Amino acid sequence: MSDSEIEVSEPIENPGLQEHQERPQDVDPAMARRTERQISAMFGVATLLLLGFCVAYVVIDKDQTFLGWSAMNFTLGATLGGALLLMGVGIIQWAKKLMGDHEIVELRHPVASTDEDRQFALEEINKGLDESGIGRRPLIRNSLLGAVGALGLPAVIMLGDLGPLPHGQRNTVWKKGMRVVNDVSGTPIKPSDLEVGSLVNGEPAIMYETDAEGERVLHGKELLQAKSKAAVIVVRMRPEDITPEKGRENWGVDGILCYSKICTHVGCPISLYEQQTHHVLCPCHQSTFDLADNGKVIFGPAHRALPQLPLAVDSEGYLIAVSDFPHIVGPSYPELARDQKKLDKKS
Amino acid sequence: MRKLSTRRRHPLAGFVVLLMGLVVAGGMYAAFAPKPATAEEASSQQVEAGRKLFLIGCASCHGKNAEGIQTKRDGNYGPTLVGVGAAAVDFQVGTGRMPMAASGPQAPRKTPEYTEEETAELAAFIASLAPGPAIPEDEYLDYKSVTADGLREGGEFFRTNCTACHNSVGAGGALPSGRYAPSLKGVDAKHIYEAMTTGPQQMPVFADTTITPEEKKNVIAYIKKLQTQPEYGGLAGGGHGPVVDGLFTWVIGIGGLVGFAIWIGAHGARVRKKA
Repeated sequence: MSDSEIEVSEPIENPGLQEHQERPQDVDPAMARRTERQISAMFGVATLLLLGFCVAYVVIDKDQTFLGWSAMNFTLGATLGGALLLMGVGIIQWAKKLMGDHEIVELRHPVASTDEDRQFALEEINKGLDESGIGRRPLIRNSLLGAVGALGLPAVIMLGDLGPLPHGQRNTVWKKGMRVVNDVSGTPIKPSDLEVGSLVNGEPAIMYETDAEGERVLHGKELLQAKSKAAVIVVRMRPEDITPEKGRENWGVDGILCYSKICTHVGCPISLYEQQTHHVLCPCHQSTFDLADNGKVIFGPAHRALPQLPLAVDSEGYLIAVSDFPHIVGPSYPELARDQKKLDKKS
Repeated sequence: MRKLSTRRRHPLAGFVVLLMGLVVAGGMYAAFAPKPATAEEASSQQVEAGRKLFLIGCASCHGKNAEGIQTKRDGNYGPTLVGVGAAAVDFQVGTGRMPMAASGPQAPRKTPEYTEEETAELAAFIASLAPGPAIPEDEYLDYKSVTADGLREGGEFFRTNCTACHNSVGAGGALPSGRYAPSLKGVDAKHIYEAMTTGPQQMPVFADTTITPEEKKNVIAYIKKLQTQPEYGGLAGGGHGPVVDGLFTWVIGIGGLVGFAIWIGAHGARVRKKA
């Protein structure tokens, strides 16, 4: 189709356009002047509000409150928001009430270029390809493709440093004889401190140990990494409510059980403990574990029971771990079963 | 003032003066009267009064001797109250949770049914049955005296032990099967303390042996601070977290803007007159 085929005149006799209706501002000059004044007043007030913003920023004390909000934030928000709103409303009023609003008919043209243009473009491309010799010199072409492909290698190498892979991370800082202490205060726990229904958010004692100079043994990144795997919850329930698996009969102390605080789904810290049902819930995806039944998953996307830490009491009467976690702590990953086998062999 | 003086010979003026006098005298009495005795110093009369109240209001579910009533299927109709201590009674009755209006997944907080005096009598009776957590001493409820360091420590304890269920600003949260962790807004310091030591309903116990009374005071101070600090971000919307905020922004915020834009496009005055 060429340009000459397009009709410049109306292609349809009467397309059914409604008759144009005037606005009050179009017919009444006094009205138009009034609207003009209104719009410029909006812009003027917006300017004043912006000045008010500057004054408030300098003058208002940041601790002052207004209706329970921060007085400064409230004033800054109200002045800047008000100014932007007035400018927006003013522009819309201007466009709707004063700018020309006659309906304009714009005819649609075919989207494709003309045949001649397309032919010309193809010829140019082919000429370029021919001159570059990409077809005749395959060595250059292939080596370039190779170099572009190799550009991906540095990225792959760098991705390898995106944090340690899960395997080889089978152990936590828990070990035989380490005391279970209260998180935050670091105080050790005696069985007599816990009533039935108690919950303690615990940590291994090493988190609060100090060296000869009074510095924490673990700090910074090491502390956070250790904490992200070793955090535990200690609960006490009636011994008759617990149904231990074979081999777990002596993992608790008089109904006191200790479980990992890290959900086995994607590793959120969990301590929503319902003391009457003995269920602990994960706030992220609602996985639910039954602590009276070996941390078994009873609801949600988690696939693995919550790892349990075997407990005992040391000579001074404080709760200690019997060993590290016998099961891998933290979110599950594809090679977990293989790693668990290695862990079982070692113990 | 002139209006007041012209009405001093009004026939009702005497009554008004008398009423004002009574209010002032009553207020003075309430301010200076001795506080109800705590569990330790509970008199035998108090225990006896508590027992009478218990038989009328509580025994139908908890048993005549507070031994609890079991259902045929080994469930609890009303649990035993032997050993729950005065703190549990003061919390459950003082926040209106007990007596329960109807059985359900959880007893909601409501206006208390018993006066403070009656609550103290009930608490004295239950405390007389077996030892249990006592109503906290006033020195551990004086959260206003907590220093900035104490507040910081209270915040750490709160975030470690409480936020999992009660939300990071204490707005409460949902639990399975219709249960929930209630909001901490407007709860008395005493009741927060008692909830920690007694573990009401699904809440675990945080006894004084694991979180000391001093540390509990810091936690209470932090909760109170959270509720009184100015809302720097404007309307907090209840502090229910990003899901609720997002829902509000997308549905009401952006939906409102779309509606406003449509309204702008649809409106505009027109006249029949030609220019």
